[in-house]
Amino acid sequence: MLRALLGRWRSSLRLLRPAHVEPERAKISVAQLGHQYANKVVALQNVDLNVRSGEFVCLLGPSGCGKSTLLYALAGQVTPTGGTVRIDGKAIRGPGPERLLMFQEAALFPWLTVRGNITFALGAKGVPRSERRERADMYIRRVQLTGFEDTLPHQLSGGMKMRASLARALAMDPTVLLMDEPFGSLDAQTRIHMQELLQSIWLRTGKTVVFVTHDVHEALMLGTRVVLMAPRPGRVVSDLEVHLPMPRKPEDAGLNEMVRHLRGLLRDVEEPARAEAATHRVPERPAARPTLPAHGMPRPAR
Amino acid sequence: MKRYVQKLGMFLLLLGSWELLTRVGVWSPHLFPGPLTVAKSLVAMVGDGRLAEATLRSLGRLGRAYLMSVAIGVPLGLLMARLAFFRNAVKPVVSGLQALPSICWLPLALLWFGLTDSAILFVVVMGSVLAIAIATEDSVNGVDPQLVRVASTLGVKGMRFQLGVMLPAALPGIVTGLKLGWSFAWRALLAGELLFVSGGLGQLLTVGRELMDVAQVMAVMVAIILIGMTVDRVLFQTVEGKLRRRWGLTNAV
Ligand SMILES: Nc1ncnc2c1ncn2[C@@H]1O[C@H](COP(=O)(O)OP(=O)(O)OP(=O)(O)O)[C@@H](O)[C@H]1O
Ligand SMILES: [Mg+2]
Repeated sequence: MLRALLGRWRSSLRLLRPAHVEPERAKISVAQLGHQYANKVVALQNVDLNVRSGEFVCLLGPSGCGKSTLLYALAGQVTPTGGTVRIDGKAIRGPGPERLLMFQEAALFPWLTVRGNITFALGAKGVPRSERRERADMYIRRVQLTGFEDTLPHQLSGGMKMRASLARALAMDPTVLLMDEPFGSLDAQTRIHMQELLQSIWLRTGKTVVFVTHDVHEALMLGTRVVLMAPRPGRVVSDLEVHLPMPRKPEDAGLNEMVRHLRGLLRDVEEPARAEAATHRVPERPAARPTLPAHGMPRPAR
Repeated sequence: MKRYVQKLGMFLLLLGSWELLTRVGVWSPHLFPGPLTVAKSLVAMVGDGRLAEATLRSLGRLGRAYLMSVAIGVPLGLLMARLAFFRNAVKPVVSGLQALPSICWLPLALLWFGLTDSAILFVVVMGSVLAIAIATEDSVNGVDPQLVRVASTLGVKGMRFQLGVMLPAALPGIVTGLKLGWSFAWRALLAGELLFVSGGLGQLLTVGRELMDVAQVMAVMVAIILIGMTVDRVLFQTVEGKLRRRWGLTNAV
């Protein structure tokens, strides 16, 4: 029993290794980032994260651990109350054309057709009118929406809306793509299809992607790196590189091995929060909270 | 099909009971004429051109006043939604004046403009411009914040943002406001026309009363209902329907 566990740990450890990226060589460099909302909720505390160019980083963690807040800080939609975010060595100030944020909803302009949504965005980017249509159609083809160029968003299915939104994002050609649970509202089948599509596009274009999810399988399916976060206060507890060749298949054995391993880690992260919720009536929180291992330790055999 | 049958049935039932009431003879037929008498009076007014003339007169006034209201109300609403000064200083004034029924402006209008068309135009504009401004402001403020965020992440700024995102996003609400403004204007117009001699549908009503011609009064009322409904149907419901379908706001598939 113990040996089997240990063996599993070893194999997962081989495939999941702690990531070390020097800030100087990172595309995105987050240092000592903290954010406190107006209602005093500490959404992020001392977050350090360095992302290399071309990496696909998945932010994983239970609900409320500050994943969206971190992503919005990278996008410049949220101004953090402490720390810095640098892109290519330059501190960011607000949204910028090199970064593009995608939301959980497709967020298409409802009065514009699929093509219209893309050409409108291209217009804002300064692409000449004569080139917009051609470029829009190219990205529509890339997300396999050919034939729906002139369709209005409300006439599309959820997955198709998301693909249109992805096409719009890709057409803007940002070097960094920030995605906040983009497939969270899709059914399992469509979701896997979208993951494969995103992966093939990422492999082709080599964009830097930061992808928020609370689905362990999705994180391991897509990410070259998985950053595990914990709530209250929101922080990074482990940062792991995923050594599995791409393109990955959802039923890959090694992948599912890691999923089990990471689920365990995630449970450990969630448990203190649950225990806390159970003893909600106690006004003072114990000062010493159980500290978590810095990175990918297996759950000890008790 | 079934809907039309139901509508027609209701309509006939109404006419039937009206006719029945007059036949029973509780009231004198001079004070309560039946549908046939009213229809005859209506046909007579159409025949000698009185109705057409009055309608043209009224609609001409209404058109002018309404265009003015739109030209003032929509920009005013946009300003109230987008600029702090207008929101803080102008909006309370607008909301306050909105509480005043439009016909209360008539005495003032008569003192300022005398017994002229301008007096009525003024009343109509005051009756609808505020409603249009408030509805416009509401719909701009009600724009989905998600769309604003998307626009900012796509780098849509300045005029392209105002005209390409804010305006279309608020458009269904603005059109609803325009419809509301129209019905307010229509009411204000008739109230104004009733109160002083001016030519127009309101005067036709007054003349009917002075001649004790109840059938004429009722016939003009019918005409007013028909005109109001037609404009609402033809103009607003088609535009609004098209817009809402395109924007995906209807649940029809
Ligand atoms: N606008 C806001 N104002 C105040 N507090 C906020 C706001 N947005 C988020 N929070 C708080 O900040 C914390 C982190 O929120 P965040 O949305 O970043 O979590 P998340 O990890 O994205 O969660 P989920 O997986 O549910 O989307 C939460 O405790 C939340 O209550
Ligand atoms: Mg979130």
